[in-house]
Amino acid sequence: MFCIRNPKFVENKRLQLSNSQLKWEVLFKRILIAMSILLVLIILGVLTTLIIESMPSIKALGVGYLWGKVWDPVQNIYGAYPFLIGTLLTSFIALIISVPFSYAIAIYLGEYNPKGWLSDLLKNTIELIAAVPSIIYGFWGLFVLIPLVRELEIKFHVLPYGYGILTASLILAIMIIPYGASLGISLIRMVPSPLKEGAYALGATRFEVIRSVIMPYTRSGLFAGVLLSLGRALGETMAVTMLIGNTTTIPTSIFATGNTMASVIANEFTEADHTEYLSALIELGLVLFFVTVVINLIGKRIITRFTNN
Amino acid sequence: MEARIGMRNIKSNIFKGIIVFFAFLITVPLIIILLYIIKQGAGQVNWKFLTGVPAPVGETGGGIANALVGSFVMVLTASIVAIPVGMAAGIYLSENPRTKLAYYSSLCVDILQGVPSIVVGIVVYFWLVKPLGTFSALSGSIALAIMMLPIVIRSTEQTLKLLPDSLKEAALSLGVPYHRVILKVTVPCGFAGILSGITLSIARVIGETAPLLFTAFGSPFVSAALGKPMESLPHLIFTYATSPYEDWHNLAWGASFILLMFVLTLNIITKVITRKWKIQL
Repeated sequence: MFCIRNPKFVENKRLQLSNSQLKWEVLFKRILIAMSILLVLIILGVLTTLIIESMPSIKALGVGYLWGKVWDPVQNIYGAYPFLIGTLLTSFIALIISVPFSYAIAIYLGEYNPKGWLSDLLKNTIELIAAVPSIIYGFWGLFVLIPLVRELEIKFHVLPYGYGILTASLILAIMIIPYGASLGISLIRMVPSPLKEGAYALGATRFEVIRSVIMPYTRSGLFAGVLLSLGRALGETMAVTMLIGNTTTIPTSIFATGNTMASVIANEFTEADHTEYLSALIELGLVLFFVTVVINLIGKRIITRFTNN
Repeated sequence: MEARIGMRNIKSNIFKGIIVFFAFLITVPLIIILLYIIKQGAGQVNWKFLTGVPAPVGETGGGIANALVGSFVMVLTASIVAIPVGMAAGIYLSENPRTKLAYYSSLCVDILQGVPSIVVGIVVYFWLVKPLGTFSALSGSIALAIMMLPIVIRSTEQTLKLLPDSLKEAALSLGVPYHRVILKVTVPCGFAGILSGITLSIARVIGETAPLLFTAFGSPFVSAALGKPMESLPHLIFTYATSPYEDWHNLAWGASFILLMFVLTLNIITKVITRKWKIQL
């Protein structure tokens, strides 16, 4: 090292070359490290920006913000409760609708039909559902789903808005199915075949093998898939914004209109004309950020534990 | 005994029937949506649609050239930012999997993957739009770049981890410096995998609307200036779809059709690349 660094000794061209290469090598390694640090900085930056910008609202409203029932920017009253309820309601209804589908897809493509053209076709179709942009789901929902829901509402004798929790949940359900399903497929394929063969040898039917061997083995992993789809559903913005009706009242039934945290931000952010209003919206973003991050990290942790075992 | 086995088999078959039914039922809404978009949108697309700017309210016709140019410019800028950063971070993660920094940045990739896109929009608004005093295509591009990062990083990392160590060791033993080993041996070997990650990330951000609402905003003019507001396909669909005018709805259907075609093509390209790459391995 000494002789390379000391210019006195560097007369040899080759040494010079390797000296410059060495510099490049050090520079290259530093760039790699810098980019990894940049990632950490982005996340820290996101967090601090959200906290700093929502400070005025946190100071003015405190924790009561979360269960304040009225959101009225004109009167300067901000309560996030209607949107928390809206978000939870749409996400959980979507989850309840989507879980049978994603489990069925996972079992079918993981166990019944893991190979072949039909299996490939179905798998690609599922991936396509995840690929279609949410704005297109929203647009389609606006012109096709809303009239359908309106007819349903007339049959049930409720006000036929068409917009509302149910419409948003239906579209959300379609959108989140792939997230649980594609994870489930790979997990079910990982079940060791000696376990299944053992059960078959004892005379179990296919259904019994799935119920008593595959399901218990993959339970935690499938649950993680559900968590990841929940994370998606909570943060989904555009399709929900277009379909939920955007009212700041607390939804009383699944046909009622409402708002989710993400859709309020999308709707009102550019209209927010004073600091407190804006920072109340950002605080919603902060809550959303925390909730989705925690849900995602728990899901990822479960998957890592599952795959390591 | 015979009867009980019969019952169990019937039960098993019923279960299979339910599973198959649910598994294939999900393709129905997708097919309906795709057909509907094609039916409504394909007829709108013609030369004037692709090259014209939106007509003012009340006039028929008009095109979406502003959104096409805008989406292209912003996705290109986002790629220029996200691909080098993402690849560098991915290389670091695959080369040094056990360091503390790798643990934290890997955690951050996981977090970034789950951050709702609307939150990215808010944050970039405070990073770029507020200090610069105007909505700009640049801020939109940065928001998209942040959305692209996790996919590029994960695909780079996972592809490079799959490569055999002997490849790198052979190059190192010939006295090749570290950066050249990475850039001339490892990365070219894993190129297809990285490329599929890049196309996938582009396919994902090209349809993103939420992060653009408060950053690129939208504009009725065809422009490539990064410092000014810029229209994009998804944002144009959003504004026109929620407007009350029939003409604008038609423009939005056409734009949806084009956006869908872009996304489908990018996904097919990704599929082809991964298939080819798997054979090579």
